[in-house]
Amino acid sequence: MPSIRQWLKSLGEIMAVQLNLISKDMLERMASMEKLRMILDSVKEGKIVVLESGLSPEEEAKLIEMTMLEIDHENFVGIEVESYPIKEKSVFSKIFGKKKGRLTVIGPANRLKTIEKQEDVIKALIKI
Amino acid sequence: MGIILAIKKRFRFLIKLFRRKDRVRIGIYGPPNAGKTTLANRILRDWSGDIMGSPSEIPHETRRARLREGVKIEVNGKSLSIDIVDTPGIATKIDFHEFLKYGLSEEEAKRRAKEATEGVIEAIKWLDDLDGVLLVMDSTEDPFTQVNVTIVGNIEARNLPLLIVANKIDLPTASPARIKTAFPQHPVVPISALKGINIDALYKAMAEKFG
Repeated sequence: MPSIRQWLKSLGEIMAVQLNLISKDMLERMASMEKLRMILDSVKEGKIVVLESGLSPEEEAKLIEMTMLEIDHENFVGIEVESYPIKEKSVFSKIFGKKKGRLTVIGPANRLKTIEKQEDVIKALIKI
Repeated sequence: MGIILAIKKRFRFLIKLFRRKDRVRIGIYGPPNAGKTTLANRILRDWSGDIMGSPSEIPHETRRARLREGVKIEVNGKSLSIDIVDTPGIATKIDFHEFLKYGLSEEEAKRRAKEATEGVIEAIKWLDDLDGVLLVMDSTEDPFTQVNVTIVGNIEARNLPLLIVANKIDLPTASPARIKTAFPQHPVVPISALKGINIDALYKAMAEKFG
């Protein structure tokens, strides 16, 4: 079985974009800062990150803050984030504010572009 | 976050109930070019006779939050004293090339972009020091953007009273109904901050929501 490097090499001139699909289980094991750092580092490397269970509103705000700090106006101009609005509100979430995020796609702003977003459908383009 | 802190944050509205302030601090939020400064100017012009700042067609014209204290609004015999915070537009990306389209030099565009990134951070930080939010959306644009969703989520997480202002209804393609459909859980007031259309309805809603 060819390695990823060999496979990419076999694509020749065809450019590829790496997708990192992060499971809900992994996200639940990670601390907020660990999650945000992982997302931002991946996106700055040009990867698209898909989070199965998304981020909390506070984490999304923190991610925007961290993104603003790292914009260098040359190579990294920010991120494109798309997620479905949070729907359910459990008793626990009402008391402690722990709202569950839904599927979220995050990528570099110059590579990921949202075409259309509805309550349950996100359509996006990835520029290669 | 510690459980005590989380509980305190969750029940902030109860704490506020027993510690009513003479004045409430209201933040004007939204994406760039939604009309935040135009709305702040409209409120100030109507109730104190001056303005907050100059709006512009160039995005991120407001790059520092501006505070005006002690603006008194009177509606139907009910009086509300507010401090208004006009915040910079919140965005997830800032590309200086966008500013070049408006005739800015590269140096100016880069400076504006840098200041704009700082402004976004400042706007987010202000959320922790407010008693209520006016979230301004452009009625001619798709309201289902990530910035709008993130702002609404953060306001809900902080239990802050929220009024959504569907601005620019004087434009032919405006659709405040689209905003109501996107955020049915919050009151939406359609207005034109520029022309003053339906502005009395906004003051009435503010008196009820924040008073």
